[in-house]
Amino acid sequence: MGEKLLMKGNYALAEAAIRAGCEGYFAYPITPQSEVGEYMSVHMPENGRVFLQAESEVAAINMLYGAAGAGFKVMTSSSSPGISLMTEGISYIAGAELPCVIVNVNRGGPGLGTIQPSQGDYFQSTKGGGHGDYRLIVLAPSSVQEIADLTYLAFDLAWKYRNPALILMDGALGQMMEKVEFKPYNEPERDISWATRGKTPDRDTNFITSLWIKPEEMEQVNLRLQAKYKEIEKNEVRYDAYNIEDAELIIVAFGLSARIASKSMNLLREKGYKVGLIKPITLWPYPYKILEKLANNERVKGFFVTELNSGQMVEDVKLGVNGRKPVGFYGRMGGMIYSPEEIVENIIPFCEEIGLKA
Amino acid sequence: MKTQIDPNKYEKVFEKTDGLKNVKTHYCPGCGHGVVHRITMEIVKELDIQHKTIGIAPVGCSVFAYYYMNVDMQQAAHGRACAVATGIKRMLPDHYVFTYQGDGDLAAIGTAETIHACSRGENITIIFINNAIYGMTGGQMAPTTILGQKSSTSPEGRNPQRDGMPINMSEIVALLPGTVYVERVAVNKPGRVRKAKKAILKGFKAQALKKGTSFIEVVSNCNTNWKMTPVEANKWIDDVLLKQYPLGVFKDETGL
Ligand SMILES: Cc1ncc(C[n+]2csc(CCOP(=O)(O)OP(=O)(O)O)c2C)c(N)n1
Repeated sequence: MGEKLLMKGNYALAEAAIRAGCEGYFAYPITPQSEVGEYMSVHMPENGRVFLQAESEVAAINMLYGAAGAGFKVMTSSSSPGISLMTEGISYIAGAELPCVIVNVNRGGPGLGTIQPSQGDYFQSTKGGGHGDYRLIVLAPSSVQEIADLTYLAFDLAWKYRNPALILMDGALGQMMEKVEFKPYNEPERDISWATRGKTPDRDTNFITSLWIKPEEMEQVNLRLQAKYKEIEKNEVRYDAYNIEDAELIIVAFGLSARIASKSMNLLREKGYKVGLIKPITLWPYPYKILEKLANNERVKGFFVTELNSGQMVEDVKLGVNGRKPVGFYGRMGGMIYSPEEIVENIIPFCEEIGLKA
Repeated sequence: MKTQIDPNKYEKVFEKTDGLKNVKTHYCPGCGHGVVHRITMEIVKELDIQHKTIGIAPVGCSVFAYYYMNVDMQQAAHGRACAVATGIKRMLPDHYVFTYQGDGDLAAIGTAETIHACSRGENITIIFINNAIYGMTGGQMAPTTILGQKSSTSPEGRNPQRDGMPINMSEIVALLPGTVYVERVAVNKPGRVRKAKKAILKGFKAQALKKGTSFIEVVSNCNTNWKMTPVEANKWIDDVLLKQYPLGVFKDETGL
């Protein structure tokens, strides 16, 4: 403990997974996250764990399904096009209620897009992506330290709820070198009585499936899933709040954007604007309540969303704000990143529009 | 009056294995799936590996295999059984892991997963039920449908110009260095069922050797979608189907 290392985000992610007791890693290379697999290929076997490079993301996610179904702590990582290929498997994993960690180091899209950082997979991550009524627990780190911490958390939440957890980050975070301290990991108790480890005489067979052909049964499974999701929404919302005590304008941003926006916040404060920042850490479940609370506060005059996409999270912010206050937006797409000043330049006209003065 | 049967007067020639659960299957009368389920589970009992066997059910008519086979099982997405099996076997290298897949599952949508599991030499047993048609979805053309064979999407018979040629999986996977044992068997006659059982048994035994993948293709029937009686279907296998899919051992490096 206490040891601070200088590490790339992708390596920190891999190291944190190993420290969190990840027993199997299955993936297919793709920029900008190939370092995760490279690190795992060396350090998983070193620790007596399983590393396997799959023939495709389709295979990787189904290997994950098998290994998770056998009750092992497992992870895969990929970037946007690879995650698209995985979505059928992710839906199966959610339907069969298997715990696992999936990492998306988001790059610019659509299509093959670009390898530069983007947050364009927000909808895909938080609103489904694959078929059917399912949810992923979605965690969005904004620093290398947070990558390490949230990797631990992703495993724990996945196992607590037997649900896939997704870490949504981007190429900039993956490539960025920062100080990181790996906290001691405390393994929570894990129940694997449901897993396929071989039928023993004292029990009936275990089977892993997402198939319930009778609609009455399928509806019951859905109701159970929805009850679980309600429980997650109740217990697991996480966000950071900065300077909201006196804020008249609230910036909402996640991941890399939250880092940049926190600089913009400081620049605006220097200019005399009372600006605060909400950084959702869980993108699902989403921190609607704090937004609702702030929207109900008379002092707060408006919200401003900034993200590296066309404004996908604006929909969630608007759900929280629920029409009580205006919501502005500025974004860049396709792998382009804004500077703190650029955000400021776009926030000031919004402040004027809503009658907010320095 | 109830007839009393004196067990001493009879020789017991058959007993249902408790490797199968006591449930009725949904298979059509005459279908080969039931036979292959039975011999597979007899083997699991005979090898005394029920407690360390994990099966993978495909998408296809045998999707519900986990309701019938008395071992822990996972149901895989269409075509992905070999990837799911890989995930399990890598985590549990001393368990026995087998996939049970139809021809659409294994040789169309799942070709990549099949080839690569065999290429890596995963120590699993692949049981491949080739009935030359998509059974579950109602008799569409499969990659294994033979030239001229009628199906609901090749109503005039499979035409190579439009539909391409049938695929022979055993011949293909035998070429891969990762496979240790590849045999094609059939279950349309009692003698063949016994041979099929021997082949699957060898496939399971090969897993303990950790020398690579064992692949057993079972030429089976789909009398319903072939629109034949079970008897006609079993005869058609002999007269027609086996010409495209000759039986035999394509590779055996087990030393067993
Ligand atoms: C991704 C996907 N595509 C298509 C289907 C529909 N589907 C279900 S079973 C099947 C074919 C099964 O045929 P086969 O593998 O030959 O097995 P059989 O039913 O003949 O035993 C198809 C196309 C599906 N379930 N999932």
